[in-house]
Amino acid sequence: MSILHTVNKSTFERNSLESCLKFARDGASVLLFEDGVYAAVTGTSAEDSVKAALDRLSIYVLGPDLKARGLSEDRVVEGIRVVDYAGFVDLAAENDKVQAWL
Amino acid sequence: MSEVVKKFLYLNRKAPYGTIYAWESLEVVLIGAAFDQEVSLMFVDDGVYQLLKGQDTAGIGMKNFSPTYRTLGDYEVRSVFVDQDSLAARGLTQDDLVQIAWEDWETGEEKENIVEVVDSARVSELMEESDVIFSF
Repeated sequence: MSILHTVNKSTFERNSLESCLKFARDGASVLLFEDGVYAAVTGTSAEDSVKAALDRLSIYVLGPDLKARGLSEDRVVEGIRVVDYAGFVDLAAENDKVQAWL
Repeated sequence: MSEVVKKFLYLNRKAPYGTIYAWESLEVVLIGAAFDQEVSLMFVDDGVYQLLKGQDTAGIGMKNFSPTYRTLGDYEVRSVFVDQDSLAARGLTQDDLVQIAWEDWETGEEKENIVEVVDSARVSELMEESDVIFSF
């Protein structure tokens, strides 16, 4: 059973991403969107835990939410894949269920 | 207009777009400009994201209100402070932030950029010095 985990809250304000990474099983997918996209950027205090998670999880970030916040794709941590809204739908369809870490 | 001038501090702690706080704070600042008070803005925690340059919301169907920050100098805002630790934790520096120019219409005094990065002790001090704090 594959699960898509979504995180839409800033990792600096809430523990949504922290809990997501703690409970997501190896091989699962994680999509960062809305204020969740700040965790995808290099040079933050969250970068180490995100990089460590990339060894066992597929991590995606929603491009339009990066752009809206003034963050260019070249600031995204290597290994995180940038997707558009259609990519978001694909992820939801490919996985058996979606867990939203609000 | 009231003769009493108070020090107003708007303390912003939320990222833009994900919630309505940033936009609401900006609205209150603009409305408050009509009351001739001494207004400062402070950006702490995720609030520092409000000042990022190059925001483009065309892809998410929301209003891009970030250009408004650059005009705050025309709305009686004297100072804009940003917490250094909050920037650093997010991999940001002052170069990532917009510039806000300011001009005193009566004296002609001008400042190219009133955005000032300060340390946490200064943040506490500025909060202590203000008469009123609006939290967003």
